[in-house]
Amino acid sequence: MAYLLGIDVGSTTVKTVVLDERTGTILYSSYERHFSRVKECVLSALQKVEKAFGDVTFRAAITGSAGLGLAQKSGVCFVQEVQAAFGAIKKYHADTDVAVELGGEDAKIIFLTGGAEQRMNGSCAGGTGAFIDQMATLLDISVDEMDSLALKAEKTYPIASRCGVFAKSDIQPLINQGAEKADISASIFRAVVEQTVSGLAQGRKIKGKVLFLGGPLHFLKGLRKAFQDTLGLDEAHAIFPENAPVFIALGAAISATAEQAESIKTLYQKIYNCEAKDEVVRGKPLFETREEYDEFVSRHKRSDLEFADIRTYQGDAYLGVDSGSTTTKLMLISEDCKVLYSHYQSNNGQPLDIVVARLKEMYALCGAGVRIRGAAVTGYGEDMMKAALKMDFGIVETVAHFKAAVHFNPWVDFIIDIGGQDIKCFKVKNGAIDSIMLNEACSSGCGSFIQTFAKAMDMDVENFARLGLFAKKPVELGSRCTVFMNSAVKQAQKEGASVEDISAGLSSSIVKNAVYKVIRAKTPEELGKHIVAQGGTFLNDAVLRSFEMETGREVVRPAIAGLMGAFGAALYAKEMQTAQTSSLLSAEQLQKFSYTSRGTVCRGCTSHCNINILTFEDGSRFISGNKCERGAGLKPQDGKWNIYEYKYERLLSSVGDVPCSGEEDGQKRAVVGLPFQLVMFEQLPFWSAFFRELGFAVKVSDKSSRDLYFRGQHTVASDTVCYPAKLMHGHIESLLDSGVDFIFYPCESYNIDEHASSNHYNCPIVAYYPELLKANNERLTAENFLSPYIDLNERKSCVRNLVAALSKYGVGAKEINSALDKGFAALCSYQKDVREKGREILQNARAAGKNTIVLAGRPYHVDPEINHGIGKLLTSLGLAVLSEDSVCDQAPIVDVNVLNQWTYHARLYRAAEYVCAQKDMQLVQLVSFGCGIDTLTTDEIREILEKNDKLYTQIKIDEINNLGVVKIRLRSMVAAIGEKGVKAEKGGASV
Amino acid sequence: MKARTEKTGRVSYKESVPTFTNEMKQGYTILAPNMLPYHFDILAEIVESRGYKVEILKTEGRSIIDEGLKHVHNDTCYPALCVIGQFIDALKSGKYDVNKTAVLITQSGGGCRASNYVSLLRKALKAEYPQVPVVSLNFSGLEKGNGLDLRLKDILKMGYGIFYADAIMSLYNQCKPYAKNPIEADRVRDESILFVKTALRSKAYKKYEMIVAELISRFKSVEIERTNKVKVGIVGEIYVKYSPLANNGLENFLYAEGCEPVVPALMDYVLYCIVNVINDAKLYNKGKKMAFVYKLIYKLLLKIQRNIIEQFEAAGFEPPHDFEYLRACADKVIHQGVKMGEGWLIPAEMVALYESGTENIVCAQPFGCLPNHIVGKGAARAVKTLHEGVNIVPIDYDPSATKVNQENRLKLMLATARDKIAEQSVAVVVEGEVEQEVAID
Repeated sequence: MAYLLGIDVGSTTVKTVVLDERTGTILYSSYERHFSRVKECVLSALQKVEKAFGDVTFRAAITGSAGLGLAQKSGVCFVQEVQAAFGAIKKYHADTDVAVELGGEDAKIIFLTGGAEQRMNGSCAGGTGAFIDQMATLLDISVDEMDSLALKAEKTYPIASRCGVFAKSDIQPLINQGAEKADISASIFRAVVEQTVSGLAQGRKIKGKVLFLGGPLHFLKGLRKAFQDTLGLDEAHAIFPENAPVFIALGAAISATAEQAESIKTLYQKIYNCEAKDEVVRGKPLFETREEYDEFVSRHKRSDLEFADIRTYQGDAYLGVDSGSTTTKLMLISEDCKVLYSHYQSNNGQPLDIVVARLKEMYALCGAGVRIRGAAVTGYGEDMMKAALKMDFGIVETVAHFKAAVHFNPWVDFIIDIGGQDIKCFKVKNGAIDSIMLNEACSSGCGSFIQTFAKAMDMDVENFARLGLFAKKPVELGSRCTVFMNSAVKQAQKEGASVEDISAGLSSSIVKNAVYKVIRAKTPEELGKHIVAQGGTFLNDAVLRSFEMETGREVVRPAIAGLMGAFGAALYAKEMQTAQTSSLLSAEQLQKFSYTSRGTVCRGCTSHCNINILTFEDGSRFISGNKCERGAGLKPQDGKWNIYEYKYERLLSSVGDVPCSGEEDGQKRAVVGLPFQLVMFEQLPFWSAFFRELGFAVKVSDKSSRDLYFRGQHTVASDTVCYPAKLMHGHIESLLDSGVDFIFYPCESYNIDEHASSNHYNCPIVAYYPELLKANNERLTAENFLSPYIDLNERKSCVRNLVAALSKYGVGAKEINSALDKGFAALCSYQKDVREKGREILQNARAAGKNTIVLAGRPYHVDPEINHGIGKLLTSLGLAVLSEDSVCDQAPIVDVNVLNQWTYHARLYRAAEYVCAQKDMQLVQLVSFGCGIDTLTTDEIREILEKNDKLYTQIKIDEINNLGVVKIRLRSMVAAIGEKGVKAEKGGASV
Repeated sequence: MKARTEKTGRVSYKESVPTFTNEMKQGYTILAPNMLPYHFDILAEIVESRGYKVEILKTEGRSIIDEGLKHVHNDTCYPALCVIGQFIDALKSGKYDVNKTAVLITQSGGGCRASNYVSLLRKALKAEYPQVPVVSLNFSGLEKGNGLDLRLKDILKMGYGIFYADAIMSLYNQCKPYAKNPIEADRVRDESILFVKTALRSKAYKKYEMIVAELISRFKSVEIERTNKVKVGIVGEIYVKYSPLANNGLENFLYAEGCEPVVPALMDYVLYCIVNVINDAKLYNKGKKMAFVYKLIYKLLLKIQRNIIEQFEAAGFEPPHDFEYLRACADKVIHQGVKMGEGWLIPAEMVALYESGTENIVCAQPFGCLPNHIVGKGAARAVKTLHEGVNIVPIDYDPSATKVNQENRLKLMLATARDKIAEQSVAVVVEGEVEQEVAID
């Protein structure tokens, strides 16, 4: 007889199982991490099997994402992994209803009863083992620690789980605010569950007996609990099999029954012999020769700063602190800009503790002659540091970096800074920052990616990077987000690329991401002549070299590349200080310094921000996490400066409490529900007046919120659609629960023609989302969901289609006709009010000497859950806020280089043109993540603005709630406006 | 630069771009993308017969995608990236005199951003090849005075050409997997293309009955061996669905896996566009006169299509879908008002494929494609509710999505499909109605 051998080669591990062919009992199993050395690991696993069983024969099958190539080349049978799981479940757990399997980089779900179905995650989906690893790295704990912490959690925070990059932006502020790691850990697990439910199950209920498979679900008790809690499963219905980690290998073994029996030696030879086929694209080596490398190193040595001994130095000194999102940097410089003290450290928890500890150390080192005359802080933690440590100045990050760069090259015209999790690039013109480019959430191919990857290879980042320097054939890994890079690396491994080649490839893809995606340069000339490269990631010579190769330029990379923010802040303190001594806490004060931290939910408004309160020993407090001033205990800036707040209220009030005709005497026809998202953010007044006139009572769906989103999440069909569309699902649920007779959401291919564009389309999502809702929400029927196809520009057909849609309620054409009149009147009055309010705000702003920002987006960006209070943020910076639709009527029609055939697009172009004619105005464009057609408008609007010497600022928004990056971007913009010589409002900005 | 027209008060940021004039007919080479290998070959023949020199780009390789990434916005859809990358890559290759080269691109003019490929292409050319004119091939009146000089007769010819190319594609797909000698199928295909090209040059181009009959008899000559293969339908965004460059050679992958790819006809897309105009008139009283003309064209095309269907059926081939039937299929799951991108056609094809015996369907879409949120992933559930047995797998295509990832998902679909065939054949054997077990591939 022969044994059955199953080999599961996953993205991170190799698993083997040996079965007795006759009895089906498991005789042997193994589970090992392969650290990307796939072939070697499989071979060593085979040797172990041979050792255990001696000279017998096996029928073997390979499964797993990384096993595909190996199987193809060696000729060993391949089984798709979900299929393998399916077989094993049917054999060993026949009464299972649903199986959930989380692997290293894949997530799968198998429905066995009620219509068998097998699903895998798409290409852009986190919620897997790699995601958990990445998050553990971020928290600087092991996955096991994370697991035991999660079991002690008291509360959870909302965290985006769709992909690691998104989750990071949610988690980092929590860490910085000092939220409990236990709570964060539990939140991460909850996010994984949510991802599985929404991304994989997509509307199908996970119920009955559920089998949980894969490494993470076997080893992580916290994750198990999160699944059980969320799905409401008791012990009898949540099955965690003993052999879960090797379950897929078991499935592979079962399916090998029909294979030829072979000795391990033969199998070993087959796999040993399979040559890596060179399908992966290879690039040029970073250095051809050792000499080339030496020349490179000595050239960059020239950009070092001098050091002075802090113990013996006599004179004035200036402190700069860069409190970044992932790292904290400090630097103390002398009067002649020599480095007295510097420090660079990852934030493992509260950055304030780090700074305090380092200041103490610095004070201890200081000789008697060192007098700190000024201290400045920059970065995410600026406000907190200023409040806690009484530092003299706060400075916007971009300005700090610019100051530092100028020190190294006075002619600098381009600065690129790649940090742990963001990329910042600025062009410099006439000694001032001219334009700023920051990476967006989805193109974050930054430094921390190399770090996480190095860790996965069981190496530290320095050694990992060094390996790449002399790689012979670096692999091309693409230039998009980290999730894609992961699978590109997987493919390279499949093809047998070495760790060296992968390391070099990663460096080069980080550079490509920066150059082509963030800067979007077409040629190196665009970047400028004098480039300064900085940020911790550039300390990695492989990245630096890749950058020089890609751009064809020699650049300046200061040795303190990772400390440039702190250095710039110190320079700024030196420049600005007039007083003799800094207000920074002294050594004695620091000894007494202490604080307590408490997380809570702000009840100031409906946003319910998660805020964190630091109370210092002198009783003063610092509050963070709040989106508006109310959370910080201040009186909020008056809504009178912000048309976004006005529009939102005005829209809601258009429904009002006025009863419909006939309601008092109980004659109302029915209750209609209007979902308050997408098209309704413009047309709510219209349809509300329309239905009221017809004698229907009107009910608007609940206000948007994260919770509302979760309510509808299980019916979301496509996880890459924009957030406004995803929120729609929650609005539908809220209306269904509220007991309306029917929900009304028309399909409108054509928007209202404003005669400013060649056609007047809606985007496909706005136009046809009702179809998707109908197809994916079982609760919607032809009775309770009416979505007629109408074109509001053509009265006859519009009446006809509405009569047909409302036939059940016996509404006649004549009635509809006059109701449409009412609708148009209501819409007109709404639009008129918005324009008038816009004029009023502008007038007041000018009277008060404020600058104005036209925050230009789509009507539905007015939803506070969509814009996350960016309008409020702008007013807190001392600016007045208008919207695109409040000003576009005052500008001429604009002809652009793309087809101008969407109503909302035409408004944007006109708004941009209007802004160009106003001295005290700038435009900030809001773009929803995943909005395909805004890829057209963004370039055009940039062009219009830049041709008129205006700044272009774009903000991408998604479900991410963290405004940290946005704040930096907006403050940089304010700083740039100031430097451009336009009179800037002093109020908010500290520059 | 910025320009203001005093009279209208309009402001223009339009840059001047080289137009493709009639004089350029001589001496210029027009490069065209290779969306469908057979179809574009045949269509190019018609354009060439009008005195143009056309070259369909058949280049491949990573450098195309890299050029695309450099010259197109990050979030722009993958087809734009492929097509534009391929043009720039070709212009850089040194094979063409860049001062005597134009590029041709199709333009749909709908509410999807794909209608902007012409503008995106111009932007991409601006930096390095500002002298290269972009020729728009569209039938919606966009880009007036910058198209090809085609007569009504040429457009008619194109219609026939598409029918013939569709027939070749379908016949080939049905023969190749079963051919005793697969090279034989390739040979017949290549000769058939030549035959159609010759026919289009002659006066006989309209004789569709005869031409299709000839195509059928040619493919009939391929010796085949019926085995029970997994049939896989391909639907999706039009470029990714057909173009091997974009879909990583999906058809070839399926052949290699021992499947029969079932690719719906390009004519379906043409008819879909025509029907949309008719529907717009019906729904919104829009362009009624135009719709009247379109109805006549529709009837004509439908008549030809039905003849082809009859001929296919008579010869024992799986015929193309009758378009009226496709519309009926759409009505079961979605409204025909969904007309952006490939709109209702995608779910309609899913239903039709299933009902004609192709249970496994790949929905190929560019990553983040807007219409596909609704009609691809969004509609899959409605199709599944209607036909529980349908096996739909959406695959995203993107510059960085790896083949491994895509193939793994395809393999899952195929494994499920093979299991099903195995179960069925077992069931058949158990019932004892068939003596011979069906061979499973």
